[in-house]
Amino acid sequence: MIKTLLKSVREYKKSSILCPLVMIGEAAMEIVIPFIMSLLLDEISVIQKGGEADISKIAIFGSLMFVCALFSLTCGVLGGKLAAKASSGFAHNLREDMYNNIQTYSFANIDNYSTASLITRITTDVTNVQNAYQMCIRMLVRAPILFIFAIIMSIIIEPIMGGIFAVAAAVLGIIVFICMFRVTPFFRTMFRKYDDLNAVVQEDLTAIRVVKSYVREDHEIEKMHKATQEVYNYSVKAEKVLTFMMPCVQLIMFATVIVILLVGSNMAVGNIVGNVNFNTLQTLIQYAMQILMGVMMVAMCLNFISLSRGSMERITEVLNERTTLPKPKAPVYEVKSGDIEFTNVCFAYSQKKDVTVLKNINISIKAGEMIGIIGATGSGKTSLVSLIPRLYDVSEGSVKVGGVDVRDYNLDDLRTKVAMVLQKNVLFSGTVADNLRWGDENATDEELRLAARQACAEEFIDALPGGFNYDLGQGGVNVSGGQKQRLCIARALLKKPSVIIFDDSTSAVDTKTDASIRESLRKYAPETTKIIIAQRIASVQDADRIIVLDEGEITGVGTHDELIKTNEIYREVYESQVKGGEDDE
Amino acid sequence: MSRLHVPQSKGGKRAKNPMQTLKRLLKLTFSRYKVGTVFMVICVIVSSVANALGSALLAPIVAELATLSPDMDVIYRYIAMIGAIYLAGALCSFAYNRIMMYIAQGTLKNLRDDMFGKMQKLPLMYFDTHTHGDLMSCYTNDVDTMRQLLSQTIPQLVSSAVTVVAIFVMMVIYSFTLTVVILAMLVLMISVIKVVGSKSAKYFLNQQIALGKLNGYVEEMTEGQKVIKVFCHEQKAREQFKVLNDELNDTSCKANANAFILGPINNNLGYVQYILVAIVGLLVILLSDTMTPLLSIYITANGATTPAVEKAAIPVAAGMLVSFISFARQFNMPINQVTMQFNAIVMALGGAERIFEMVDTAPEDAGGDITLTYGENVEGQWAWKKPVEGGFEYIPLRGDIRFNDVVFGYTPEKVILKNISLYAKPGQKIAFVGSTGAGKTTITNLINRFYDIQSGSITYDGLDIKSINKDDLRRSLGVVLQDTHLFTGTVMDNIRYGRLNATDEECVSAAKLANADFFITHLPDGYQTVIKGDGANLSQGQRQLLAIARAMVSQCPVLILDEATSSIDTRTEKLIEQGMDKLMEGRTVFVIAHRLSTVRNSQAIMVLEHGEIIERGNHDQLIAQKGKYYQLYTGAFELE
Repeated sequence: MIKTLLKSVREYKKSSILCPLVMIGEAAMEIVIPFIMSLLLDEISVIQKGGEADISKIAIFGSLMFVCALFSLTCGVLGGKLAAKASSGFAHNLREDMYNNIQTYSFANIDNYSTASLITRITTDVTNVQNAYQMCIRMLVRAPILFIFAIIMSIIIEPIMGGIFAVAAAVLGIIVFICMFRVTPFFRTMFRKYDDLNAVVQEDLTAIRVVKSYVREDHEIEKMHKATQEVYNYSVKAEKVLTFMMPCVQLIMFATVIVILLVGSNMAVGNIVGNVNFNTLQTLIQYAMQILMGVMMVAMCLNFISLSRGSMERITEVLNERTTLPKPKAPVYEVKSGDIEFTNVCFAYSQKKDVTVLKNINISIKAGEMIGIIGATGSGKTSLVSLIPRLYDVSEGSVKVGGVDVRDYNLDDLRTKVAMVLQKNVLFSGTVADNLRWGDENATDEELRLAARQACAEEFIDALPGGFNYDLGQGGVNVSGGQKQRLCIARALLKKPSVIIFDDSTSAVDTKTDASIRESLRKYAPETTKIIIAQRIASVQDADRIIVLDEGEITGVGTHDELIKTNEIYREVYESQVKGGEDDE
Repeated sequence: MSRLHVPQSKGGKRAKNPMQTLKRLLKLTFSRYKVGTVFMVICVIVSSVANALGSALLAPIVAELATLSPDMDVIYRYIAMIGAIYLAGALCSFAYNRIMMYIAQGTLKNLRDDMFGKMQKLPLMYFDTHTHGDLMSCYTNDVDTMRQLLSQTIPQLVSSAVTVVAIFVMMVIYSFTLTVVILAMLVLMISVIKVVGSKSAKYFLNQQIALGKLNGYVEEMTEGQKVIKVFCHEQKAREQFKVLNDELNDTSCKANANAFILGPINNNLGYVQYILVAIVGLLVILLSDTMTPLLSIYITANGATTPAVEKAAIPVAAGMLVSFISFARQFNMPINQVTMQFNAIVMALGGAERIFEMVDTAPEDAGGDITLTYGENVEGQWAWKKPVEGGFEYIPLRGDIRFNDVVFGYTPEKVILKNISLYAKPGQKIAFVGSTGAGKTTITNLINRFYDIQSGSITYDGLDIKSINKDDLRRSLGVVLQDTHLFTGTVMDNIRYGRLNATDEECVSAAKLANADFFITHLPDGYQTVIKGDGANLSQGQRQLLAIARAMVSQCPVLILDEATSSIDTRTEKLIEQGMDKLMEGRTVFVIAHRLSTVRNSQAIMVLEHGEIIERGNHDQLIAQKGKYYQLYTGAFELE
């Protein structure tokens, strides 16, 4: 997992390595400065003992300390800047790698993630990892180095003291680790409870009209009380451990100071043999603090990392997800015609569950044909057409376009030639022209107009303020459902495809416009194979052939008149609609 | 659903009125825990004083050791004192951390509950004008920043302030001159913090803005990821993402760099201070004859037991200097810690302000004093209970709804409904037909007072709806919305949402009527199947069936069906027709439908256009009129 993540460091490797090195410089100064200080104090103590002070020595030590502080400052500032550069760069690369990988996802991959979860992964989770990373490169090297230096220095001053420090550090380390070990599961549960709490708020927000209509505000408040109580319980459990830990750490620090004082003062007066005087005593106390702080820092870093573990896992999941559509070894780059052939096709969305969506489909479609598909919700219409631009791979059998298996095409070329107007279609922020140019980046204004005319969209576009330069707003909120669908059709037509698929994409368009769109399709693109999925019989009535799907199987293929006579399902659907509203036709 | 989608991300704004917000937050936090607060403050003070005192007592030890013949008993006494003081300090620190933890967590819980409770009472207009993302972030990001402020920053601020004061007092007692040196350095340090810190705060806000932009982009593009795939638009998407991502990297790098360098700068300025104190101190000792300020403390500390005070003046002063230097270090530490919290404070106050803004928004008014009763007057009958002089008057609920010259707009400038007058007699089915934006849903939203009309009046059984208690008004209206929403819980719970005291049998029979029983029994756990994420694993049609069952359970006298069957295919719709008929039997029903087959058998059909009723009548009359309805019906016009 960590290996996968670290791959994204790339150009920030230099900063990531340099930063801890510079931090070592700063850490060294943290040790050297108190040492010089003790030398300086030694000089002062000469005065204390009634002797004459060597002013020049004091001046030297003073300026030496000043230089060291300057050096330490430089290292610290440099280290801070490097850490910022490395960690935000790492985060930047992580986001980029995630997003780039998401772009390679197939439809099956995309189905695995909700939009909200992808956003959380790209933003919050990456920020968590970024924080853990900067902690690591700043502290995880610096703290142990500081710790080791301080131990060495105190051993140089007095080995017994070094030993005392080592024991204190070990005790502290054990306590901190026990606490961390105990607190982590509480935190994990707390985060889960947090998610539950967020879910309550989220649900309430999206369903606020239902809540208010049924006057269920108090019921919702009750739910929220439960959720906040749970979060409170686990937060308290976790924090109790932490509030116990901090005073423990303090106690150990204080105890160490007391021991140093006891042992040190005895050494100073000569009761115990040791190389300690009242100046080194101060230096030693400072080292003791640094050693114990070092242990704390390492513990906190590790805690940070373990808390961001969940985030790391979620990011790795996105990075490691491989497209479910393997690339062909010798790809075909050209789609020769709009012929389509399904041979013994079976299809299921997931391999694990044995829920077959399509069973044994055999159908052959000639280039230029207009095909209608009718069937109840869940009968497999969308799944059937999704196989043509290879949005999903068949489980069994094969789908051929222009005589070549879709799995042998270079994916981009196949999809450029097989256009599909999706059922759940989306327009993006930008102008009408921007959105249409998704179909063909280099389309001229005339071509845009032509496509719009074919989709019966020209008229209303011209009526918009600014015409083709009208800003659609996020998700195309500024146009009606029927207008949106026609824009999506125009966008697909601009690709000048060999096969064009309409997945229930004229449901909000009135029957007249619907008919004239089909009419213009026939005229402008006689070579293009047209496949139309519809709820309304009227939309497919005049197709060359109509496919009737029921529970994943083809129950009938033929013209409207043939099917009315031979196919029971088709007849039922027809009757329900005629009775429902078209008896005046 | 919202017509007034004005997404305005409010993230990344600095608090407008930081002091007032802080005051309010503190009041909110501590007024609920008065006793705890007092104890907490006492413990913080004791703990900080103990820390300062403990270090101060090092000085006499060092001084004793520096004498020619140190008295170990004196030293042991001091060490014992230090030990006792430290122990008290640690205990107090434990106590205040515990107390503060309870206060902080309790406050966060209360804050969340308060926010949610207040939010429930807000008018719909508020939800229309705020994005879910913004409201959600009040509960997540903003409360989180508060957590740090309450559980860490505030106790640290108190303890730092106490420590600074305590040490300052001791420093002044020891040496006035050296205190001045330290103060001078302090001014320098604070000005550096101010420059770097405010720069850092600025970049942090920029970073939030850049993050928001990236967030928005990913949201929009991921929503349309399948379109990207179909149009081979991946490369373009990558390029645009890169631009935003680079921008975020830039601000994030600057923000963090400024935050990271603050520590080393302060730390090392601390060392410089150290040196300056040492050198100035030496000069003072060597050049000045009058050591009185330095000596006075020593004399009092040792009483009159030291005869050689005069002679030892210089050496003793040197010992004091050593102690003073360690004070300087301790003086800086709390100041450093406070600066580290600077960004946390800025962010927390911004968050608090957003939370207060929401909590302060005026709630929906509760409506009038007429209430709804069941079986109170006549057994098994709904009635309005109207308080009159000397008692109550009962008006049976019949479901007679009238609009008289109703004018409405979401904003006063833009009128949506113009002079609408209509009536629905008890038991009638009234349908609204028209294109998107014509005002169909708006009319139904006025009946249950989701929005209030600008002029005209709406009456319910002859009573102005404004005189009816709002909750009771809504209780009398069953609504099935176009966007069905389900809640986390079992299928049974979701059906029971219509009436909380409905029995299992009632829920099941409602589901049967709605033709939902078939698919429910095919779910893994039948009626006990847990629905998650707004029913993501159910089809839109199935969700609508559940919503219809929910409305059936509610047994409301009046029904509003807003595109309730739009996602159900025509065959299934035929199957539930019976159930729907049963549901509508004897009830006043308002129907909005896209499919004209659904509204055909209504007593009255209103054709709406641009907020006006342009045609009204039953199906046959309207067809005979050969107007807009006729055109719609024959497919010459699009509905949406």
